[in-house]
Amino acid sequence: MHPHPYAFLTLFAVVAVAFPLVMLTVARMWFRFFQPAKPGLDKNAVYECGVAPTGDSWIQFKAHYYLYAILFLIFDVEVLFLLPFAVNFTSLPAGALLAMLAFILLLAEGLVWAWHRGHLEWK
Amino acid sequence: MSAAATTSESFLERAPLLLRDAVTGFLPEPARWLANSLLSIVAVLAVFGLLFAFLTLAERKILGRVQNRPGPNRTGWFGLLQPFADGIKMLTKEDIVPRAADQLLHFLAPVTLLALSILTFAVIPYGRHLVPVELDSAVLYFFAAGAATELAIFMAGWASHNKYALLAAMRALAQLISYELPLLLSFVPVVLATGTLSTTGIVAAQGGWKWHLIPHWIVFTPWGAAGFAIFMVSALAESNRSPFDLPEAESELIAGHLTEYSGFKYALFFMAEYFGMCALSGMAVTLFLGGWQAPLPVLEFIPSYVWFAGKLLTLLLGFIWIRATLPRLRIDQLTRLAWKFLVPLALVNLGTAAFWSLTSAWSGPLQLLRWAVALVLVAGPFLLLGRGLTAGLGPRTYRYA
Repeated sequence: MHPHPYAFLTLFAVVAVAFPLVMLTVARMWFRFFQPAKPGLDKNAVYECGVAPTGDSWIQFKAHYYLYAILFLIFDVEVLFLLPFAVNFTSLPAGALLAMLAFILLLAEGLVWAWHRGHLEWK
Repeated sequence: MSAAATTSESFLERAPLLLRDAVTGFLPEPARWLANSLLSIVAVLAVFGLLFAFLTLAERKILGRVQNRPGPNRTGWFGLLQPFADGIKMLTKEDIVPRAADQLLHFLAPVTLLALSILTFAVIPYGRHLVPVELDSAVLYFFAAGAATELAIFMAGWASHNKYALLAAMRALAQLISYELPLLLSFVPVVLATGTLSTTGIVAAQGGWKWHLIPHWIVFTPWGAAGFAIFMVSALAESNRSPFDLPEAESELIAGHLTEYSGFKYALFFMAEYFGMCALSGMAVTLFLGGWQAPLPVLEFIPSYVWFAGKLLTLLLGFIWIRATLPRLRIDQLTRLAWKFLVPLALVNLGTAAFWSLTSAWSGPLQLLRWAVALVLVAGPFLLLGRGLTAGLGPRTYRYA
């Protein structure tokens, strides 16, 4: 019997999710029966080096990181397009190779552009 | 686990399959598939769970030796029971959740992280017949599951409602997506050369020896060696290991996204980190180091899974050794290394691999030319970009020291 590989992957995913859940349940059982939790005002405060926490931490944040995210997105999609090309590489005609070369060079040019604009510098 | 073993193979090679059939052989067909599948999942979890336990001990022992101290030596012989003592300690520690935290996400983050890092183990071929599932797009699946762990790390940082955790999560995300690219780009040449995305196919393509001496492993080609180096550096960064352990830089961010985690949830994060490291090392072995293939024909009598384990442990030892040796990078150095060095190198490496693949028919003096061109294509960009990497950053001078 050869079921679809995804059937196995589904089973694997179920076990993978159950594994941490079972361990957390065991830990919770331990607290329930042997070591009841003792919450406190200071104990359950957010940790800020021992002093009382000031202000909210869910605030607008200077996310310089978003540029990296955009660049990452472009190249991540590029890799996705590269994979089918790479699998069939040896059987591709010359025209397809040139088209792929143009595609890669266009994206590489994007990297060079970002580099020259200084977007890759950490500020 | 699949593929029927032929009887010509040694007993040890077939031992895991025989053991499995002895346990589940009597079952009728649909139940047998379920039992076989569960057995292989439990085997993977047990082996890597134990590896995780003793890896933490080995790491502490080796770090201790490097720093001229004995390391853990009180629990059992040579501290062998230390991982179990740690496990019991984690289990009995109170699980403290901040009042302000997003309770649901705070709980879900470690579960998601560990589940996703376990999922990456599904496609690695651990031996000739020991691959949990054969997928046509196994490599893609592996990196998709691995990349999804980044989400869980941000979940942890955000849900904690802690300033340090949020800062660390932002940083971790910037680091992980930056190094995701060279990681992905460095294995595309392997796919290009082997013409398959299946991990068993990639390992099979690396079988055989040249002149009965040099294995056809991908690391023994110029572009393969470069790709392996890029892959390992990115793998170090992806698994948050020193010298790229910025998300958990204690001196700046307390414990990063782990600050508000205690008890068993912390242990799950710890476990996921080591599982990630093991999975990436296993993938590096599969893609570049010939998987379970023996290095020499005369050594083929040793079972394939022993070779896989040996290569995996060697890489893990390398991880620990690097942790003991190198200091932590700064965040600007970290992103510069990824975007201005590794990504361009990986792109050039793709071209080198394409050249290597197109000229595979060359022989005689042309073969020498092929090697020369490939070596120049690997070493040239490395030297040029490396010079740019350190431009304007001379060695630090101490004026009043």
